[in-house]
Amino acid sequence: MSTLLAINLPIIALLPFFGAIFVAWVARFNRYASAWSAAGITILALMFLYPNLSIILGGETIIQSWSWIPAIGLEFAFRLDGLALLFALLILIIGLLVIVYARYYLSSKDSMGRFFAYLLMFMGSMLGIVLSENLLQMVVFWELTSLTSFLLISYWQERDYARQGARMALAITGAGGLALLAGVLLIGHVVGSYNLTDVLASGDLIREHDLYIPILLLILLGVFTKSAQFPFHFWLPHAMGAPTPVSAYLHSATMVKAGIFLLARFFPVLSGTPEWTWIVGTAGMLTFIIGAYTALFKDDLKGLLAYSTLSHLGLITLLFGFGTKLAAVAAIFHIINHATFKAALFMVAGIIDHETGSRDMRKLNGLLKYMPHTAVLAMIAAAAMAGVPLLNGFLSKEMFFEQALTASNALFISWMVPILVTVAAAFSVAYSLRFIHDVFFNGEPIDLPKTPHEPGRIMRIPVDILVIVCLAVGILPMFTVAPILAVAVADTLQTTPPEYSLAVWHGFNIPLLMSFLALGLGVLIYFKRHLFRTFYDRYLDRLDGKKTFDYLLNQLQNFAIYFTRSFDKGSLQNSVFWVVLTALFAGMIGFMSISAPLLGSRDLLPIDPITFIVVGLLLIATLFTVYYHKQHLISLFMMGVVGLIVSLGFVKFSAPDLALTQLSVEVVTVVLLLLALYFLPQTSPKEIGKKRISRDLILAILSGVGVTLFTMAVLTREYDPISHFFLSNSVPGGGGTNVVNVILVDFRGFDTLGEIVVLALSGLGIYAMLEYLKLPEPCKQSFIHGWSNDPHPLIMQTLTRVLFPLMLMVAVFIFLRGHNMPGGGFIAGLIAAVALIVQYLSNGSDWIHERLKLNMHIVIGLGLLIATLTGLIAIGLGYPFLTSTFTHLHWPIVGDFEVASAIAFDLGVFLVVVGATVMIIVQLGQVSANSHITDQKGD
Amino acid sequence: MEWLIAIVIGTLTSAGVYLTLRARTFPVVVGLTLLSYAVNVFLFAMGRLTIGQPGVIDANALGYADPLPQALVLTAIVIAFAITAFLIVLALKSRGELGNDHVDGLTVDLDEEVIHLKGTKS
Repeated sequence: MSTLLAINLPIIALLPFFGAIFVAWVARFNRYASAWSAAGITILALMFLYPNLSIILGGETIIQSWSWIPAIGLEFAFRLDGLALLFALLILIIGLLVIVYARYYLSSKDSMGRFFAYLLMFMGSMLGIVLSENLLQMVVFWELTSLTSFLLISYWQERDYARQGARMALAITGAGGLALLAGVLLIGHVVGSYNLTDVLASGDLIREHDLYIPILLLILLGVFTKSAQFPFHFWLPHAMGAPTPVSAYLHSATMVKAGIFLLARFFPVLSGTPEWTWIVGTAGMLTFIIGAYTALFKDDLKGLLAYSTLSHLGLITLLFGFGTKLAAVAAIFHIINHATFKAALFMVAGIIDHETGSRDMRKLNGLLKYMPHTAVLAMIAAAAMAGVPLLNGFLSKEMFFEQALTASNALFISWMVPILVTVAAAFSVAYSLRFIHDVFFNGEPIDLPKTPHEPGRIMRIPVDILVIVCLAVGILPMFTVAPILAVAVADTLQTTPPEYSLAVWHGFNIPLLMSFLALGLGVLIYFKRHLFRTFYDRYLDRLDGKKTFDYLLNQLQNFAIYFTRSFDKGSLQNSVFWVVLTALFAGMIGFMSISAPLLGSRDLLPIDPITFIVVGLLLIATLFTVYYHKQHLISLFMMGVVGLIVSLGFVKFSAPDLALTQLSVEVVTVVLLLLALYFLPQTSPKEIGKKRISRDLILAILSGVGVTLFTMAVLTREYDPISHFFLSNSVPGGGGTNVVNVILVDFRGFDTLGEIVVLALSGLGIYAMLEYLKLPEPCKQSFIHGWSNDPHPLIMQTLTRVLFPLMLMVAVFIFLRGHNMPGGGFIAGLIAAVALIVQYLSNGSDWIHERLKLNMHIVIGLGLLIATLTGLIAIGLGYPFLTSTFTHLHWPIVGDFEVASAIAFDLGVFLVVVGATVMIIVQLGQVSANSHITDQKGD
Repeated sequence: MEWLIAIVIGTLTSAGVYLTLRARTFPVVVGLTLLSYAVNVFLFAMGRLTIGQPGVIDANALGYADPLPQALVLTAIVIAFAITAFLIVLALKSRGELGNDHVDGLTVDLDEEVIHLKGTKS
């Protein structure tokens, strides 16, 4: 148990992510199982949190950390203190209620597995933010909330509005996340650590540093985008295309509160300066007022709630902007209260939408008699939002008024602050009143799609619970919210919290007067709201950031298209030209910038006459390849000659492995190109563009000269390779005398694994491209000598069948000796592939398939599996990936011989090479075989 | 000897570059294959040239060809084959989809003589 308690914080944060996979999987069997298992996972996370409750409420902080990438200060570190606990509880408990609610909200057409998987991933990301000790790690979770909220908002993918809203939310919060990352990096630079403990202790250092302003601006960009503060507030109302449970979750306790959380977290580090007060205060005040004013005129229930959310977020931001300790207390208190009543109200809006088919307040009237229970819940929650006494909203608003009176003295317009907040609060009262009066009273419903009725019992339970919390906190604050509030405040401020009173009754004072003023004014505004409508229609309604956002996005796309088009004109020749030219320039700059002489002083090898002649042949063949390039077949033959001479060159220069590889690859390549040529035109048209030809010639010659000089510059200099290590360790460490093979399968085995994966992918890609490909029939007359009418000549058939076992035996021989003599998996694979391909060529694929029922996909897969397993076994035995070992075995008759475990890896290489090569050629041959058939039918 | 090899690499590069800039797919594939020869020989030559030494560890050997570039080139040869195969099939696919073997899928290229393409029925 104690060991579990030492690692429970990362478990809490990561559990929802793993749970998401489970939930998505379970949905295949039963829709509702995914809902209940999501709830189960949330409860499990709460249980993991439970043992810490008493420790944190006792005022301690728990930190659990593991070193991750020490070089960049990245630790896998988690922290639980009062503030984190408060948020974790909000995220988990409201999350649980939302899951229960969503189970009844989603219709049978909606995929439950997807919904709950997204929701859990989002929950995990939020928990990650609030529980992170390391700031870089927190930024990662921060971005994860942007991504997962994108998935949640666009859950109804087929709806245009939802997709656009989700994209906007992602773009804005994602961009803010980048700013936050920059801010966090600066903090790390200033403090010298990314750990929150160190950062929280260096408030003075940061505030007095030259970088304070950039840090503040960057962090606030992150906060304001996430918490939808002016001028980034517009994404939030457009995110209402999400299913209502998502809105209830994202806009009450989580997503938007992440920004507020950050504001609280950095409060002791960044606050207390005029800049902080001005920026945070102004943004908060503007959002508070604009949100409250706009909410009153939204006819959509969720629209009203969205703007009221903005307004309340503004209020909390404004409180933090005041910068005093008591204001922070009020802010934290209001976070809790807003989370409860706003979640309840969103759920009510969802219930109304669900049971009436509409969210339009112009149609929804007089629902009181259809759904009395829901109506009562809604009224209590809305009253809490308005700040009516005996409800939780009243208490925090009261504190807010008090702070507006006293804390704002720093500002020269301080006399305006109490007036502005009272007016804004009056508007909150007015829209709360509208929510109740328009929906539940005010006559009869107007042509609703469904006849309204009460929702299912369980769907109401989450709302019941939230409303009871509103009441309990409002009436008995000392016995409900006080302990958690106290530790949250203490850990936000990082000092002893100031004296504050949670009493419901403080006597007659100015805040109380402001409360009642706001209530009275609010009622008045509601009934006279047409007087304010003109201002809304004329200014606020048009003040939609969406238009600006769309405009900017369009401009960006246009610029990107323009920029790309100015390089990429849709012509491969043009692009290749630029690529080669750039390489040429880069090379020239390299030559110019070094003052050393071009050639070094290393002794050169003497030229022997045979090499001279062979090189001459190679050059001639190369020139012929180019000269006859319009006659594809000749060009191909010449290219084959070049390849063969290159492999001879490898023999000459003591590289037998390369020679073998080059030789077998050459055979396969020529066969492949011949097969392909069957379907391509046999000639290229004559080129008449003299300018293009001379341009290309100049470019080609310059490249050739450049490469020649570059090669000489290297070859005439001494060097000190790292190969001594391989040469001296190959036998004692790798157990093989063929150093090249030991490097491939042992020293650099991981590289080889990557390479055979590329080979496998290329084979599969070719398979995919050729499947269902219909090619025009080739025209036989166009071939130089015409095609033989006999697809499978008898002599060739007979000979190759006899040769087949021999060829395979050579492959096995080359494979087995590979570790000690030239050979190995690559070469053996190519030889075996050639053996098979020859059979295909001489006998036809049908003949082979009758005798060899082997799917090359499986061979490739098996090869990769064996190669990877070899590596994993090493890990399992406690060695690094792909470590190999060797031993000596005694075979009767043959005698002692050595076995290295790397041979298993080499077997994987062998299988992939055989599989991919044969698959490529056979697949291409299949296409040509098909066309033979159509040919005969045509005749 | 070094000069010979350097000239081979240079010539292969020139030929490869020129063919890669052509307008028809088959020469482009041939050109890329030549380029891959050039690159492979170049990489191999970076380990300097060694004549007449054993390819495997031998107690009597005076020296070896640098094994590291060899290992690199060995896989590079195989990968180059995979890429060539992929490209030529891509060329086939584009011929199947677009009806011609021009790299940009053009039916009319101003730099070419207009002829009836052989190898097609029309």
